[in-house]
Amino acid sequence: MKHLLSVDDLGRDGIEEMLALAETFVEITRRDIPKVPALRGKTVVSLFYEESTRTRLSFETAAKRLSADTMTFTVGSSSVKKGESLRDTVQTIEAMGVDAMVVRHSSAGAPHRVASWTDASVVNAGDGRHEHPTQALLDLLTLRTHRGPALDGLQVGIVGDVRHSRVAHSDVKAFDALGADVTLIGPPTLMPESLEGWPARVVYDLDDVVADLDVVYLLRIQLERQSEALFPSLREYTARYALTAARAKRLKADALVMAPGPINRGVEIAAEVADGPASLISEQVANGVAVRMAVLWSLLGSGGSLV
Amino acid sequence: MSRPEELVIRGGRVVDATGERAADVRVRDGRVVEVGVGLHGGRELDASDCFVAPGLVDLHVHLREPGDEEAETIDSGARAAARGGFTAVVAMPNTQPPLDDAAVVAAVLARGAGSACEVVSSSCITKGRAGAELAPMGEMHALGVRIFTDDGNCVADAGVMRRALEYARSLPGAVVAQHAEDPGLARGGHMHEGGWSSRLGIPGRPAAAEDLIVSRDIELAALTGAAVHFLHVSSARAVDMVREAKARGLPVTAEAAPHHFTLTDAMCATFDPLFKVHPPLRTPADVDAIKAGLADGTIDAIATDHAPHTPEAKERTFEEAPPGMLGLETALALALTELVEPGVLTLIDAVALLSWRPAAIAGIADRHGGPVEAGRAANLCVIDPAATWEVDPTRLASRARNTPYGGRKLTGRVRHTVLRGEPVVIDCEAQR
Repeated sequence: MKHLLSVDDLGRDGIEEMLALAETFVEITRRDIPKVPALRGKTVVSLFYEESTRTRLSFETAAKRLSADTMTFTVGSSSVKKGESLRDTVQTIEAMGVDAMVVRHSSAGAPHRVASWTDASVVNAGDGRHEHPTQALLDLLTLRTHRGPALDGLQVGIVGDVRHSRVAHSDVKAFDALGADVTLIGPPTLMPESLEGWPARVVYDLDDVVADLDVVYLLRIQLERQSEALFPSLREYTARYALTAARAKRLKADALVMAPGPINRGVEIAAEVADGPASLISEQVANGVAVRMAVLWSLLGSGGSLV
Repeated sequence: MSRPEELVIRGGRVVDATGERAADVRVRDGRVVEVGVGLHGGRELDASDCFVAPGLVDLHVHLREPGDEEAETIDSGARAAARGGFTAVVAMPNTQPPLDDAAVVAAVLARGAGSACEVVSSSCITKGRAGAELAPMGEMHALGVRIFTDDGNCVADAGVMRRALEYARSLPGAVVAQHAEDPGLARGGHMHEGGWSSRLGIPGRPAAAEDLIVSRDIELAALTGAAVHFLHVSSARAVDMVREAKARGLPVTAEAAPHHFTLTDAMCATFDPLFKVHPPLRTPADVDAIKAGLADGTIDAIATDHAPHTPEAKERTFEEAPPGMLGLETALALALTELVEPGVLTLIDAVALLSWRPAAIAGIADRHGGPVEAGRAANLCVIDPAATWEVDPTRLASRARNTPYGGRKLTGRVRHTVLRGEPVVIDCEAQR
């Protein structure tokens, strides 16, 4: 595999292999010196056209633990604001000699465009509302440690702004690939306009299904969306779709709660639920580094030894 | 015998609104002087195995001058038009500054005067294409403008559109041409809204945005009695509504662009903005409806919506790049390859859609699209229907390179183009 642009690039077997590799890296990240020389001499550039401290730090930590050199290119500190085209930027970075570009962009398909202009490997770190494949992998890794390895028949509910969510899109594909049944829950204005390419069903009433779910995955409500009149008010959204303490009581005893973070406590999730025993939220963050190590290693490792 | 400025187009078959026949065509002083067999003399252009047709007319091109001469100029756009067989093009007014003022229109007409095809200017319906105040339509009509449009923008306010239509009734031959996409529905969208947009995560522009405005403006044509032309019709429902409106006897016309009968929204899966255009590439069912509308006469013209952009402008993401694609140098070949060869249209119907029917809408039928007969203006094109060629973006006459058809093999090519009796294209190469 040359690039990781979409969960589709992996398929079920590819996902399984990547998760197995990630589990090895989880072990490495727990060592006293969590660093291996696997990618020594390789250079990984973070090309971030959109703010994302978490994802960028997660990728850079992963690259450093593999002993790769890292560079960061963010919009604020670059020549993009001078009107340089995306292609110019990519070719300038390419000329410095890099092996991988980790691309985050507010437009769908930006990593695909970058991949067409460079010989380096490209990793999609989130593109518009399209995909965020490493987030899906870390979500699977987290879930598998509690419910794995197969997820057949697992009832996963993804709640909230699915329409604008690259995380939801990648997660639906990834959960489906491993056999889970995915239900998208939210008001119609936050659901995809079409379900083509989304192997999931849609339910508008969280209370109808909350007691049947094994996993509740809560998407963050982007507060700026309120100006688009996608729902009447945050108060109404919280009343209908938040995982409140009262709703959490109706969950199965062993149900799990996930979120891609950052979360709005008190909006899509009650603080006591986010911090409660069913919550995997902080575990997700920790697994992010191992998954990104696995991805970088598979793209750049060229069959060398891990230790 | 022959005078040096004489031109004889030899060995072809003449195709025009009166039919098809083997004939040579003698041209002198900008006019056709004789049509018959066995003509010789002066300069001869070989038309063997070719059709000799009235020059093509494109109702919809963006020449980018003034304002974006890096992408195209009137000169380079006219050269591209001539290579595509067009002897007249209607320049859209979304330039910088926009063609909402008689002085700017006059400047464009002056710049076009010596170019490789006749440059006909449209002009804006509203000042600055802002959709609020009427532009000085009468002053621009006096300069010869017949097509008024805010193309690129839809005249969204029904009251403003009504007033424009009412006012246009006092201007003989005036046509109000609408870019039919309701901005409230299309805003923020970059491709057709449907399965593909949902898969790709690219915000969509629903077909309903087009259908709403087409429906509304048909009723405004009925209310005012003024002529409405729908630019680049792309949705199946819009074709149906235009068909119904014509059956009601309303003064409604429509054009379709080659990309809307040859490409679908599936192409956007490349994330390549070469496939970004407004209105967007739609579904296979919409493509079929456009073809049906062309075949049964519902759609009056094939118009390219030729929209040049610099490479830098398209070297961005799909969402960030501007919409639009080149069309002038591929339109005829696409019509022949995708419509005539599979039997959707006869050759004569295809030429009608590219020549005399749009000439009538543009108000230039006195000099373009007329039958090839003595006394007519010598605006002609010679089409080799069997020539096969591959579209090479680097070899286009346009300054821009943003064709979505690079690498595509097409059948049918313009061999020669004659403008006012002068050969402006000989053996596929521009002479000006």
